[in-house]
Amino acid sequence: MLFHAFLIKYAEIAIKGKNRYMFEDALVKQMKIALSQVEGEFEVKKEQGRVYVFCPENYDFQEAVEALQKVFGIVGICPVVIYEEQGFEKLAEDVVSYMQSRYPGYEGTFKMYTRRAKKTYPMTSMEVSSELGGRILEAFPKASVDVHDPALTVSVEIREKIYVYSETIKGPGGMPVGTNGKAMLLLSGGIDSPVAGYMIAKRGVKIDAVYFHAPPYTSDRAKQKVVDLAKLVAKYSGPIRLHVVNFTDIQLYIYDQCPHEELTIIMRRYMMRIAEHFAKENGCLGLITGESIGQVASQTMQSLAATNEVCTLPVYRPVIGFDKQEIVEISKKIDTFETSILPFEDCCTIFVAKHPVTKPNLNIIHRSETKLEEKIDQLMEEALRTTEVIEIR
Amino acid sequence: MEVYFDNSATTRCYEAVKDIVVKTMMEDFGNPSAMHRKGVEAENYVKQAAQTLAKILKVNEKEILFTSGGTESNNLALIGGTMANKRSGNHIITTSVEHAAVGQPAAFLQEQGFEVTFLPVDERGVVKLEALKEALRPDTILVSTMYVNNEVGAVMPVEEIAALVHEKSPKALYHVDAIQGFGKYRIYPKKSGIDLMSVSAHKIHGPKGVGFLYISEKAKVQPLILGGGQQGGMRSGTDNVPGIAGLGVAAEMIYSDFDEKIGHLYALKERMAAGLETMEDVVINGMPLREGAPQILSVSFLGIRSEVLLHTLEDKGIYISAGSACSSHKRKASGTLTSMGLSAGQKESTVRISFSEENTFEEVDYCLEVLKETVPMLRRYARR
Repeated sequence: MLFHAFLIKYAEIAIKGKNRYMFEDALVKQMKIALSQVEGEFEVKKEQGRVYVFCPENYDFQEAVEALQKVFGIVGICPVVIYEEQGFEKLAEDVVSYMQSRYPGYEGTFKMYTRRAKKTYPMTSMEVSSELGGRILEAFPKASVDVHDPALTVSVEIREKIYVYSETIKGPGGMPVGTNGKAMLLLSGGIDSPVAGYMIAKRGVKIDAVYFHAPPYTSDRAKQKVVDLAKLVAKYSGPIRLHVVNFTDIQLYIYDQCPHEELTIIMRRYMMRIAEHFAKENGCLGLITGESIGQVASQTMQSLAATNEVCTLPVYRPVIGFDKQEIVEISKKIDTFETSILPFEDCCTIFVAKHPVTKPNLNIIHRSETKLEEKIDQLMEEALRTTEVIEIR
Repeated sequence: MEVYFDNSATTRCYEAVKDIVVKTMMEDFGNPSAMHRKGVEAENYVKQAAQTLAKILKVNEKEILFTSGGTESNNLALIGGTMANKRSGNHIITTSVEHAAVGQPAAFLQEQGFEVTFLPVDERGVVKLEALKEALRPDTILVSTMYVNNEVGAVMPVEEIAALVHEKSPKALYHVDAIQGFGKYRIYPKKSGIDLMSVSAHKIHGPKGVGFLYISEKAKVQPLILGGGQQGGMRSGTDNVPGIAGLGVAAEMIYSDFDEKIGHLYALKERMAAGLETMEDVVINGMPLREGAPQILSVSFLGIRSEVLLHTLEDKGIYISAGSACSSHKRKASGTLTSMGLSAGQKESTVRISFSEENTFEEVDYCLEVLKETVPMLRRYARR
């Protein structure tokens, strides 16, 4: 069946009052971005408290639905067939033929729902529903009406034209990106950080990202992998500014000056500092990491406290209470898993000690960091200055 | 300065190869199976390439079967050779240092119920003939070994292997994966007792996606790709005319001034080795320099992970490979180095430097200079 449009359902919560416009405008904007990747000219329109997508001729239904299913804020996508308004008799014929082609030989329960946006229409919504229900019962003798718990709801909206729909495809939920500010994601190339980015973006937050590159210890392929992951996350979050920081010299300097078992913690503290620098520079209101309590030595409660200490912005850790398997499941759902498990070293693993500290003492870490005083500012400046920015869309 | 020392992964095309590829794409682009003149023109390129290769190998041009490259040739030899001869027995022999394009088909056949023996190698990477003697049986139907090992450049005693195979297992086909050997050695399959032999074009300055399998007229092989019956039904699919024409030109060129070229490769290898020997904790793997293949030098820089060294050199415009290039997508210890008995630390720090005729002494010297400069720095930051 050819569908001419999609009716977009979104969560009613949190969109009362003035927020509603902001919410709807952001939704429309994100839908336009998502549909721009689909062949054909789609028209996204806000009409009388509804958001519609009007489809071009010969579009790919599946492709369009998949694009919309990545737009946060959408709860349901209803494929709509549009008929000309030519009086009630024609409408009844159209609805019956819609049913015949969509649900041939239908035998279950159903209910009619009518919404009359065109108030000049000569019948009330109730009248239209009850009359159409009767026509359907005539055409499908084994079907029955159940207004409380129907297996099928056939909706008719009377506007300048007649819109008929009966199916809702599940959307991703959440809130449209852009309704909740922006945050900086520490993207590593592993499984967890893309999932963390996805989860925060789902709450309407725009995402930028920072990746720590350590040539020659990490390869161009490792960097490409992070770019690829950012592209996958961007399918949901919209464009991402990815900051690629050359971290080698800082890493080697810490390696030279500090106790080896503290390397990872100190290194991560510098990563947070750099991430926060770019976060503030880009107007971000927080940092996002893919940390999960106890997953590795640097993610114990003590280690998290040690890395958290250097930031003034809030650090959001959406997968903090998740098991690895739960994170893997989301990464498979959002299609980042296959890319995440490609075997390239990231800069966290290359110099890792055999027995890194799991319960770092902040006083000791502070004392170790004083050993970096001579050159670290200069190295930090150099890292910030040489950072490459890649616009991911 | 850009220095390409990864010629065992692939080589740059000869200019003349490029020219004929372009010509067969843009002018003489017909389908060799077509009945009209355009088809005949195209077919002539294929015939010409077959003639060139047949002449180089001293075989009949009908014994040359064009494929999509080394991997397909090896698959066809192993699987097609086994399938066509399975009534004569159930036993296959190969070595533990084969490229995955032989190792994986062998594993596949094992799953299908064939018995497969994987022969060990010595510390140089050369297959142990004693082990072969013991493994050969009357019901052995296929033996497959490399000519030159792709990771360390070990050269297998192909003629001795062939003699043993034909003596002890008269029904067996002997397949040689000559992908790193063709263009570096004069190989005469008939004289050497080789029944099947795989060759790839892009290792000899030809195009990627084309190669051939020599199939002795006495050998039976079952085709794997069925369809329009091209190449006598042995390998269906429209002939890759640009690739095949390019392969023919590349083969002709690599075997002209052959001795000079091989001499140049050995000279490059020796100069590099001499420079490396002045460095501390550097081990050269494989056979003595002149006994191993002319183009391959396997070196362990102890204490430095091969990937790190690779990226360091890359930064200076020098391209080498960590272990075998084809395995860079898998984080797995190299089969060849393991079979040779190298320690985990040595395996992890092994790189392959591979030359072509286009390389110069200046490039070798530059590479040595860079190594001497960067290796001590890299060692300082080794994983403790």
